Amino acid sequence: METKELICIGCPMGCNLTVTVEDGDVKSVTGNTCPRGAEYGKNEVLHPVRTLTSTVFVENRGNMLPVRTDRAIPKECLFEAMKRVNAVTVKAPVSIGDVILSDFYGANLIATMNVL
Amino acid sequence: MTDTNVTKARLVIVGGGPAGMAAAIAAYDAGVTDVLLLERGNALGGILLQCIHNGFGLHRFGEELSGPEYAARYEAEVKKRNIPFLTDTMVLSVDPDRTVTAMNSTHGVFSVKADAVVLAMGCRERSRGALSIPGKRPAGIYTAGTAQRYVNVQGYLPGKEVVILGSGDIGLIMARRMTLEGAHVKAVCELMPYSGGLNRNIVQCLKDFDIPLMLSHTVSKIHGDTRLTGVSIAEVDEKLRVKPETEQYIPCDTLLLSCGLLPENELTKEAGIPLDAITGGATVNEHRETLTEGIFACGNVLHVHDLVDFVSEEAELAGKSAADYILRGARKAASPITVKPAGKVRYTVPQRIDGEGEDVRLFFRVGAIVDNAVLTVKQGDTLLATKKKRRMTPGEMESFVLPAAKLAGVSGELTVCVESEGK
Repeated sequence: METKELICIGCPMGCNLTVTVEDGDVKSVTGNTCPRGAEYGKNEVLHPVRTLTSTVFVENRGNMLPVRTDRAIPKECLFEAMKRVNAVTVKAPVSIGDVILSDFYGANLIATMNVL
Repeated sequence: MTDTNVTKARLVIVGGGPAGMAAAIAAYDAGVTDVLLLERGNALGGILLQCIHNGFGLHRFGEELSGPEYAARYEAEVKKRNIPFLTDTMVLSVDPDRTVTAMNSTHGVFSVKADAVVLAMGCRERSRGALSIPGKRPAGIYTAGTAQRYVNVQGYLPGKEVVILGSGDIGLIMARRMTLEGAHVKAVCELMPYSGGLNRNIVQCLKDFDIPLMLSHTVSKIHGDTRLTGVSIAEVDEKLRVKPETEQYIPCDTLLLSCGLLPENELTKEAGIPLDAITGGATVNEHRETLTEGIFACGNVLHVHDLVDFVSEEAELAGKSAADYILRGARKAASPITVKPAGKVRYTVPQRIDGEGEDVRLFFRVGAIVDNAVLTVKQGDTLLATKKKRRMTPGEMESFVLPAAKLAGVSGELTVCVESEGK
């Protein structure tokens, strides 16, 4: 049995978590204030995930459109994912929630600003 | 706007960021519909528009939004109510008689005579000049927020080899952002023995990318003539003086500064509205009214908040208070209570309490990390409230509610004190 000390990134509270792992499986998460903390603790030990936020170029406006994944994606894919994000351009109009890239590491890459 | 350059509005709000928008919505919903919202930028939203990272809105909306998404929710509420707003409009002055003078390219210079004014101008970053870093003035030195605007709004990467001074949240967020865009962030130096940023950002912005956080370190020299070629960093002693023997050279082309935020109060000062020397914002009562009648302040122009969710909450209070003032008149007490910080407490907001019969939430920040913290609120020797917390840190705003029952009959001065237990 092994314990890991983590800081939860689920919200600004930053709870100190203790995760107990046995035979490659999470036995317990303590120190969390909410269910998000338990989920983070478990994921972080078994398979860390992160929400990716970035920007893509708006061809007909000359500036950037902020985007994010609509769910967390595997942490080890972040740099590879950035290459795909930076290869994309879009054309306005774009609305919040529009899917820019689908099937993106198990998530969708969505717009987070309205560009009329 | 009419052809004459003086108009009227019941309420003018200076600043269309999260504070200004929330204040406008709250005032409208409280019955004052003749509101004018003035914004310097080309859209409503303020600095949120360049904060493309997630983490906004957990308190307000129970979900993790990016800055632009959070701003868009409030913008939609402003537009739903048809609250008039002007963008690309710079406010030039606010008079104590509540006349606001502004200019833009459509209307030229114009004045708006208002019954009440809400100040919601936000804050700006401490610049190199304000930090007194010695050395030449090459290109490549930016505040973290300026770099954030270049990268996230305009799409430029300001440099490839980066050192960051200051571990405020914007600096941490930019360490991750620059790394994801292909820059190499070599170190984050923090003068203090603790980080000014949230723990979650140290984890997800630095540890995730193996970026070292060097506590009790500062930039001691700037190298380079036309473009930054490197910085010297050094450890500091307990009095924050550089230890010359620890100096080391780090080659880099970019230095980002994330060394604190300063409420942007030029308009407030020129209006003669008294400021709190510690917060850098106006002195206010529990309604967020300044010492100048009918002028209210909220958000980061009042005191720097940790989360935009709390800015929105405070702005709603200010907006509603401004509406109450317009509709029902002044609510200032003949003998207000003055709130004084003591012990490890650096400041409180509000600094004074005017009303009676209402619970008052007091916000405060400590000046150092306090373990086993005990908060006491006293009038003279009489203890009114006490609260314990395992740890209080300067990076986290604390608050507590003073119940109306406890405040009844209190006059003069209240002290809000935090000390470690047993001291």
